[in-house]
Amino acid sequence: MSDFDITSQTMDGMGPHGTKVGLLRVLGPAHVWALGVGIVLVGEYMGWNFAVGKGGAYAALIACWFAGILYSCVAMIDSEVTSTVASAGGQYTQAKHIVGPLMAFNVGLYLVFAYTMLEAANAITAGYLFSVVATMSGHTGELDQRPFIILVIMFLAWLNYRGVLATLTFNLVITSIAFCAILVLFLSTSGILGESILEHAALFEGHELPYGWIGVLAAMHFGLWYYLGIEGTTQAAEEVRSPARSLPFGTLAGIMTLLIAATLTWFMCSGVLPWEYLGDGVNGSVAPLFDTARLSGSTALVWLLGFGTLFATLASANGCINDASRAWFAMGRDKYLPGWFGAVHPRYRTPYRSIIFLVPIALIFALGAPLDQVITFSILSGLLGYTFMPLNIILFRRKWPLETIKRGYEHPFHPIPAITLLTLCGVTFFAVFLGYGTQLVAMIGFYIVVSLWFHFWRYRFVNRGAQFTMPWPKPRGY
Amino acid sequence: MTHYKPPTQGKASQLFDVVVLVVLTVGALFVPLWMGMAGAAKSVATPVANPTWEALGQNAAQAAKYEALGYTPETAHDLILARFDYSFSVTALLVMIGVILLYYFLILRFSEVEYREVISEKFGE
Repeated sequence: MSDFDITSQTMDGMGPHGTKVGLLRVLGPAHVWALGVGIVLVGEYMGWNFAVGKGGAYAALIACWFAGILYSCVAMIDSEVTSTVASAGGQYTQAKHIVGPLMAFNVGLYLVFAYTMLEAANAITAGYLFSVVATMSGHTGELDQRPFIILVIMFLAWLNYRGVLATLTFNLVITSIAFCAILVLFLSTSGILGESILEHAALFEGHELPYGWIGVLAAMHFGLWYYLGIEGTTQAAEEVRSPARSLPFGTLAGIMTLLIAATLTWFMCSGVLPWEYLGDGVNGSVAPLFDTARLSGSTALVWLLGFGTLFATLASANGCINDASRAWFAMGRDKYLPGWFGAVHPRYRTPYRSIIFLVPIALIFALGAPLDQVITFSILSGLLGYTFMPLNIILFRRKWPLETIKRGYEHPFHPIPAITLLTLCGVTFFAVFLGYGTQLVAMIGFYIVVSLWFHFWRYRFVNRGAQFTMPWPKPRGY
Repeated sequence: MTHYKPPTQGKASQLFDVVVLVVLTVGALFVPLWMGMAGAAKSVATPVANPTWEALGQNAAQAAKYEALGYTPETAHDLILARFDYSFSVTALLVMIGVILLYYFLILRFSEVEYREVISEKFGE
């Protein structure tokens, strides 16, 4: 056993990792929960319903639970590795220490693109919400949503620039409100408080599986949207007070919260909205929980879910800026990207250059691409990242068996979660192929080109041994 | 083992690297859109002339929901009848599988070569 102990306050391997000042260590488990759930909860408010369109309501429920299994595996695997790799960059830093530099570069890009495109999708939804509110307030004609999209991204980037504690405390508050709004809607529409308005049998009649079982497979594509981003909790690794305790606790509490929220969301929306309308997130139901509240006939629920949707999109965009900038910053600090990005603000202790740089990137996607395409690119980047995780944990256990490094958390039944995760990733690749095969090939083509660019050009600027920053013993087999 | 000393990268070169990455990223998203190969579009295979809720396959409860949402049979026609086409060619599927496997083979192979160099420099030979 090495002299490194992740559960210790003095030997946990934390530090500035190459910068003059380190990121600020101020976060607790609640902030980790708020980061993970805050990014993801918007998936319950919009986007998941594309799964209904791909295969019908039952298909979306099956996809919800299978995607739930996929993400439970992600959360367990991630909790073990990240409770040991206490450094910003999350899975990027894990890959750098466990698999190798090129894999790490790719994983870093998966993270940045998954979060930046999710941020863009959130901004699009926020712009839509403002236009709905304008119409409900008596505005006539088409409201230009672009100023609201720009404002949302700029405001949240500014908040992130100013400090991580305020950013994630803000997330904690608005995420809690958005989650409570789902619970209140469930209590109000399911018959627990007042009369039930759910009509599952009548609405499903004749449309149980409109595409047959291939629709169930196809629905897995957007089934990921229920939970996409929970793995982002690891980005806080360098800013939590106790990584060994906070990261596993916050991540596992987060996935449990999301499993409940996702199932309740499907139950309410599919019992109120016809599947064709619910499943069309562009021309039909952009914000299904909000639409469900509208059909409940309660003005209070409409306002509550309107604010819930807005808060969920803001919390998600906020968390995405936080996570994407940490991954970009970590790559800059290691010179995987120009070293200019690897700077910490001397006063606010945030990766401010990375935060600012990613703003126009998010705006390009938010203002220039349709919502379903943006979501698909986010999902694809996430999916490539999930495919890396089983390889990561298998190599981690092989190179550093349990007795060589003390973990903050050891996930059970290894390697069953890794094999399950890899199998479900394969199914999801096929689901994406069924509707978005061109994007899938274009995306992988992009990663192949940038991988060659990194290996043959960029890697020359990287300091070989110094990028291995964790105080671990030498890996077995080397 | 002699330690590798990376060259210092000038500001112009750093800027050029960033531009390359941004162009590739934007291209990966927008080129399929510009070329009309984005896919996933739904279409109505058999349109219904003079649609009614019954002709659109909607029972009373489903029709009532559509009316509550502000739809008529005419305005809901495309929304209700549009479907994805899940037919695919086995060749296209095999190409996709091949591309994914090639990609992972490439990055794992190059990573291993780079990783051995990192470990030998970090821990010594």
